[in-house]
Amino acid sequence: MTKDDCKKLVLAIIADIAPDEDLSNVKPEVRLRDQLQLDSMDFLDIVMELRKRNGIEVPEADYGHLASLDSCADYLTPKFNALAAKG
Amino acid sequence: MNTRTHYDVAIIGAGLSGLAAGVRLAHFGKRVCILERHSAPGGLNSFYSLDGRKFDVGLHAVTNFGRPGSRGTPLLKVLRQLRIDRDEIEFCEQRQSRVAFGPAGETSLRFTNDFTVFEGEVARLFPAAMDGFRRLVTLIRSTEPSPAATGVSAREIVRRHVGDPLLEEMLLCPVLFYGGPREHDIDFAQFALLFQAILLEGLARPYEGIRAILRVLLDKYRQAGGERRMNCGVSRIVQRDGRAVSLVLDGGGEVSADEVLSAIGGPETAALIAPAVGTPGNPAPGVITYVETVSVLNREPADLGLGGDTIVFFNDSPRFHYERPGNQVDVRSGVICMPNNFDFGAGRRLPEGLLRVTCLANYDLWAPLPEETYQADKRRWFPLVQGAARRVLGPVADAAFDAATIATDMYTPRTIARFTGRANGAIYGAPVKSPDGATALSNLHLCGTDQGLLGIVGSMLSGISMANRHVLLKAGGVGAAP
Repeated sequence: MTKDDCKKLVLAIIADIAPDEDLSNVKPEVRLRDQLQLDSMDFLDIVMELRKRNGIEVPEADYGHLASLDSCADYLTPKFNALAAKG
Repeated sequence: MNTRTHYDVAIIGAGLSGLAAGVRLAHFGKRVCILERHSAPGGLNSFYSLDGRKFDVGLHAVTNFGRPGSRGTPLLKVLRQLRIDRDEIEFCEQRQSRVAFGPAGETSLRFTNDFTVFEGEVARLFPAAMDGFRRLVTLIRSTEPSPAATGVSAREIVRRHVGDPLLEEMLLCPVLFYGGPREHDIDFAQFALLFQAILLEGLARPYEGIRAILRVLLDKYRQAGGERRMNCGVSRIVQRDGRAVSLVLDGGGEVSADEVLSAIGGPETAALIAPAVGTPGNPAPGVITYVETVSVLNREPADLGLGGDTIVFFNDSPRFHYERPGNQVDVRSGVICMPNNFDFGAGRRLPEGLLRVTCLANYDLWAPLPEETYQADKRRWFPLVQGAARRVLGPVADAAFDAATIATDMYTPRTIARFTGRANGAIYGAPVKSPDGATALSNLHLCGTDQGLLGIVGSMLSGISMANRHVLLKAGGVGAAP
């Protein structure tokens, strides 16, 4: 998985959680919270959907890595690839 | 049937909170079963059929309305958490509503979903209290919408801000009528939550009423793989060492679950636990309950001269008595709902006119009556309840009103208790709430009315937050997809 794939996957999750948000112009380097109306309940849902759909665990201490699309990709892509290598 | 089924989560009660919790849990792969004693879902917000007509019970209006694009509202949270698209439930906004005091409702504060209308009305009638009113609204806006009690009397805070005793009553009236679980007063946190829901956010309803919301919840729940057993009440919660180990069903079967969510009320849940734990009679049930009359009309209420209000909270004098009445019913105050007066869009109308009138009632004076007396008392009170409302709505000749009436119905605290299982028919539950859902058992949690969130949206949010807190956010709460 590339970092771009990973960003698409995270965006797809956000689209399901917050269908009322316009995701066409999300800037990857900007904090998601600063450009979208996402509260703590929504961020927890991103974590839970990652676990449900992809088997990816994000421990609470690492939630900060989900701040922007770029930081999501930096943090999650190795996890996806490690999982794929195992499977 | 002696086979016992084990679930990740069992939910007692298919009302809005139980269904919302179920949708959430099933979505994240939990094995869930909802157990409902009644044949229809909805609990305190349900519907029934009579002579081919469907009537809503509970729902007058959905509070907490937020227009599409509005931010951070409870409604938006519920829709997101349950993965409901805005188009799946079409909300139609109220036209206008009122708080009307005086023998014919002469002192009247209008409100719509635009809060400046209400502010303008307060400024018009209570100019001297306006500064205090603005400070009160600022305080309400800054109060976190949480069910956690502050122990502070709303009446005291309102009085301290607005000074005027009439305005104090007129501000408390809609809030108490739409969610006050105890007599006379309410905790300030709950007052703020309900004031936000009714006046700052606003009122709306789906064209088809409560069924439109229930249908979406049931569809989501089924699609996510949730199980539901209707006509299947829980008669006993068997506990061992402080944990619920088995739910005994009315029919004699049993189910067990790692976690149990109960949406049937705090006292009602405590009463099922065997062997009993805690102090008997604690928590105490509430006493606030209602009668409601329904008149089906052959034309729109407005065309009959009843006016274009959606909801009217009325009270015949400057003092508002929010209490269990000494008689079977207290017709001095009440709530009128004319569902036709929502804005359903150009050319779309409800098939028939409806006038619903709700007044405070005394459960103890209805519950023990023999059937014949009960029916006779209903017939005796019907015109009194309806008459109280018609005094506020303006003059329509009895002959014209009667000629336009094609059907009537009435329900009482006894009806509410029978179909919802609520002690005393107390529709807003116990006076003392459990914001964290805690009960005497470690794996049994409350959701719904007695967790402390009220109204349709509040109930759903309660189910969601209790499912999140007690199941999904626990370590290992969400299993990975296989």
